[in-house]
Order: sequence, then C-alpha cells, then structure tokens
Amino acid sequence: MRRGQTVILNLVAVAALGGFLWLAEGNFDGYKIQILNLIAINIILALSLNLIYGFTGLFSLGHAGFMAIGAYICSILIMTPDQKDMLFLLEPAYDWVQNAQAPFLVAVLAGGLVAAAIGALVGFPLLRLGDDYLGIATLGFAEIIRVLANNFPRLTNGALGFKGIPDYANLWWNFGWCLVTLYVIVRLLKSNTGNVLKAIRDDEAAARAMGVNVFRYKLLSFTVGAFFAGVGGALLASLLTTIDPKMFLFTLTFNILMIVVAGGLGSLSGTVMAGIGITVLLEWLRVVENPVDIFGYELPGVPGMRMVVFSLALIMIILFRREGLMGMRELHWQSLFKVFSRGRA
Amino acid sequence: MAGDVILATSDVTMRFGGLAAVTDLSLAVRRGTIAGLIGPNGAGKTTCFNMITGFYKPTMGTIVFDGQEVTGLPPHKVCKAGIARTFQNIRLFGNETVLENVMIGRHLRQKTSWIDAVLFTPGYLREDKAMRAHCLELLAAVGLADLADEQASSLAYGAQRRLEIARALATEPSFLLLDEPAAGMNPQESEDLMGFVRTIRQDFDLTILLIEHDMKVVMGICEHIWVLDYGVTIAEGAPEAIRRDPKVILAYLGEEGGLHA
Ligand SMILES: Nc1ncnc2c1ncn2[C@@H]1O[C@H](COP(=O)(O)OP(=O)(O)OP(=O)(O)O)[C@@H](O)[C@H]1O
Ligand SMILES: [Mg+2]
Repeated sequence: MRRGQTVILNLVAVAALGGFLWLAEGNFDGYKIQILNLIAINIILALSLNLIYGFTGLFSLGHAGFMAIGAYICSILIMTPDQKDMLFLLEPAYDWVQNAQAPFLVAVLAGGLVAAAIGALVGFPLLRLGDDYLGIATLGFAEIIRVLANNFPRLTNGALGFKGIPDYANLWWNFGWCLVTLYVIVRLLKSNTGNVLKAIRDDEAAARAMGVNVFRYKLLSFTVGAFFAGVGGALLASLLTTIDPKMFLFTLTFNILMIVVAGGLGSLSGTVMAGIGITVLLEWLRVVENPVDIFGYELPGVPGMRMVVFSLALIMIILFRREGLMGMRELHWQSLFKVFSRGRA
Repeated sequence: MAGDVILATSDVTMRFGGLAAVTDLSLAVRRGTIAGLIGPNGAGKTTCFNMITGFYKPTMGTIVFDGQEVTGLPPHKVCKAGIARTFQNIRLFGNETVLENVMIGRHLRQKTSWIDAVLFTPGYLREDKAMRAHCLELLAAVGLADLADEQASSLAYGAQRRLEIARALATEPSFLLLDEPAAGMNPQESEDLMGFVRTIRQDFDLTILLIEHDMKVVMGICEHIWVLDYGVTIAEGAPEAIRRDPKVILAYLGEEGGLHA
C-alpha cells in the first residue's frame, strides 16, 4: 500500500472518530461519556508504558508517580487563586502555588514536562540498574512521590488533596491528547531511533557493539514515557475534579500494566484495543462489588473484588497467552483489508 | 598508508579472579590485511575481541587503534572509532526485520533525530530514504536483498551469519573483527565464505582480524596469524611458518589431534 493511501485512510479514521465523539456527546448519558473519557486517558497511559517496557525492555513500575506529578502540576495551574485560598486549610499555599495560573493546554503540557524532567532526573541513576532492580526502584520512586504529596501541604494540601478542579478534560481534549500521544509514539518508533530502542530490548550487548549508547537511549525512552504519563495524570485530575495522594497507589500502575500486557508488549494497536476492552470491563465489573440478588438470596458485595478478578485475569494471560492479544504485531490497514477480503471469499 | 599498523595491543592482560584468560598479548595488525587469531578452545581468543571492542577492560596493557588509545573505552565509542565485530554465538535483533537490523548499524552516522521524524522535516525524509537505500545495497552486497523484510530470527543459519556481517558493515568500520565466521558451515560454504571475506575487505577498504577453528579457512585467507594457548601467545607469523611450528602442533595435538589443513 502506498504512503498516500495510508495517510488518507488515517485521516478518514480520525474523522470517523470525530463524528463518533460528536454523536456520543449529544446522545450518551454522563456515565457512558465518563467511560469514553477514561478509555482515552488509559490509552495514553498504556501507550507510554508500552514505550518504556514493551519497546525498550525497561521494567518500570513508576507510572503512578509520573501521573501524580502531572495531576498536581496541572491542577495547581487551572484552579483559580480564590479556589486555592479556600482549599488550603491546613497551611496556606506557597505564593507561587497560590498565584500560578495557566490555560488548560499549557497546564497539561506543564504537567507532562515536569513529569519528564523528574523522569530524566530519577532515570539518571536508576537506568544503570539491572532489570529486576529497576522495577523495585521505580516502584519505590512512585511511593516516594506519594509520601511527598502527603507531607508538603503548602504545595499539595497534604492528605486532603484538591477538590473542585475545573472539569475542562472533555471528550475532545482527552481524545485529542490520545491522538497526539499515538502519533508521536508511532513516529518515534518508526524512525531509526525506534529500531535502536527495540535493539536494546532484544540484545543489549549486540546493541552496544553496534555503537548504541544504551544509557542515552534508555533515558530518552523513559523520559518520553514519563512525559505522556504526566499528561495522562493531568487529564485524569481534570476529569475526576478531585485528587489526593491515596489515588496514586500502586493499583493505578497495575491497571495500566495490565492493559499493556493484555494488548501485547511491543504492540501499539494491541494497547489501543486492550485499553478500550479493559476500561470497559473495569467499569462493568463494578457490579461484582455491589450486592447482588440471586433467586431471592442477597449476596453481599465484596469491595475490591474486581481487582481480584483482574489479577486472576492477568495471571491467566501470563500463563496461557504470554504474548497478549497482539504479541509484537501491529494492525495495519493492509492486514485489515486482507481479513475483510478473506471474509468475503 | 597501506602497510602501517592499524591496531596495536601492548602487553594486554585479562584476569578473571585467579584465572589469567589472556597474558601479555601484543598484536600488531597491518592496515588492509586479513589476520587470524587461533588457538584451542578456551585459549582466550574471544576475550581478546571483548577487550579490543570495550566489553572487557584489560587488567593491564594498552590498545591503540589508528593512533588513538581505545583502552577501556565503552563499546559504543570503540564502534564509533571504527571497529565493528560479529559474535561467536550469533547475536541478531531477532524481533526486527533483516533491513531494520542493518539500519540500527547506521544510527551512528545519522544526522536527524526522532524529533525530525515527528515533525516530518524534509531533511529527515531525505536522510531516511537514503539510509534505507544504502542498507538495501549492503544487504545486496551480502546476498540478502530478497530477505530484507523477513524477521531476522527466521533466517537460516548461514544467512544469519551474513546478516551479522552486513550489520557490522553498516557502522562504516575500518577494522572488522569476525569471531568464528565459518562455524557450522560445510566445506563448500566455508569456501564461499573465504571469497566473501576477501571481497568485503576489497570493497569496504577493511582490515580484518578473524578467529577461526577451520584451518583451511585460516591458512587460506590470513596473511598473518597469532596463536594463543592458555592465554599466552605461543607463535606468530605467516601461515606457512605457523603450520610447521612445533609449539603450535603440540598445542593442537593436545586438544584435537593436530592441524588439518
Ligand atoms: N567474563 C568471564 N568471566 C570469567 N571467566 C571468563 C570470562 N570470559 C571468559 N572467561 C574464561 O576465559 C577463558 C578464555 O575464554 P575465551 O572465550 O576467550 O576462549 P576462546 O579462545 O574464545 O574459546 P572458544 O574457542 O571455545 O571460543 C576461558 O577459560 C573462559 O572460561
Ligand atoms: Mg571464543
């Protein structure tokens, strides 16, 4: 297939998405729209984790930390000074926190950039560690961010967190950022830099022999991933309108990790599909946490039950379909057409 | 400048704990030649390659490449200086295509970055196109042009060896290290390999140092040979002299029953 055709098909797909969102905005109830929004944000987060883990082979569990950074920075920038005056009850905010303000686009970008800067900073020592240590160290990093959020009330309002964050993150913002994330990561991975990242994943020693400054490229991947994790966190804060340190527990990273593994480590299209599927399932499974009525017997709901179901599902994937939905393959227009023409024949 | 020394190691020693894998190695490889490094199993040959390419930092001694000291430089800097290598146990990027494997070798010589790729700058598009064309040419030179879009791990053994060489050539080396390029090949394939090594030396203006157990290959293409035994250099010279050297014959007799050439 020629490049021109692919570009046209991509544009058609984007237009179709736009049409769908427009229809959804007019016809769906608030609950369904919320799920659509969560889908977009979860895809952003999972794409960025797949870049780090699936394509570069860096087992990082720090996503919740980067999300927290993006969420707090963005919230501080979009709340009005009056709002912050009322909010910071424990201790008054720092002056610059109190007065900082920016439009939503700038606030989300700032959230991403600060997350990226901190990602680069912690990546500097951590990315020299071996694989297993990196997982533990990044997990520790995310926990440190959470503890800091609890203990710097003049910046984060401590355990109380923020309430009443302006709800700018509508379908258009979320899916717009989702497309930007997808575009940037696709272009990055299609460039020779993408080949180098995959080379590091496949055989680090051979990559070094080919002149690859492995540390530099790991840092690049980690930083770009942190940026989009920060963006995702920023959007999530504005979508939910409340944040506090408890929100950024390890379970948040775990949800994202599950999407990446289910979709396929090293497959962007797999991540998109799993992002849709798992977000819907996570919402749908809330049912199991509510009391259910079977043949007149009242079964009590078990809080946290859906995480149990999901952990089991993840174990199943790892046991029976290690490569996830797509493995390292991608869905192309070409492969789609092939499926359809085969279906017709 | 043909004939001057391109790679010189002086009294290079590598110890692993109590084990002296290589002792006082002094190579002087002349520019434009094909040289050989031989010796029984475990003699320390691969360890020499690992020291030259920066994977191991020698316990003692210095390595000078093209007038520049490279002792202890990290592998990527050694590669940039112009030394490329293949591995004894082939190490391709298995999940990538044949073409992508070669392109990874080009990244050192690239001027545009991934940001240009995101922005679709004309400079990026031009360079990317030229790079693909160049890599396809390299694949053609090793006879793999038809397999450019195959996954590297799906190639047959001999093709994987050639891809590893194409990938090394993509870094534009002036010095190429081949670790047992004929391993696992039948006599006909080994014969072809000898012609192939001579051709790339000519076409890419290379100096080549190779490790090889197949004496027919070693004696057939090497102009100068160093022999290691237990890490010690026991002989050095032209193939004819090496073949008759009693110390060499003894070392090989102890190991695998003499030199078959
Ligand atoms: N990283 C290492 N740590 C400890 N010992 C090592 C290491 N690398 C090599 N050795 C030891 O050094 C010695 C030389 O090994 P080397 O691989 O260089 O031999 P070789 O001549 O390439 O053998 P072969 O013909 O079997 O490939 C061996 O005894 C080996 O066990
Ligand atoms: Mg060896």
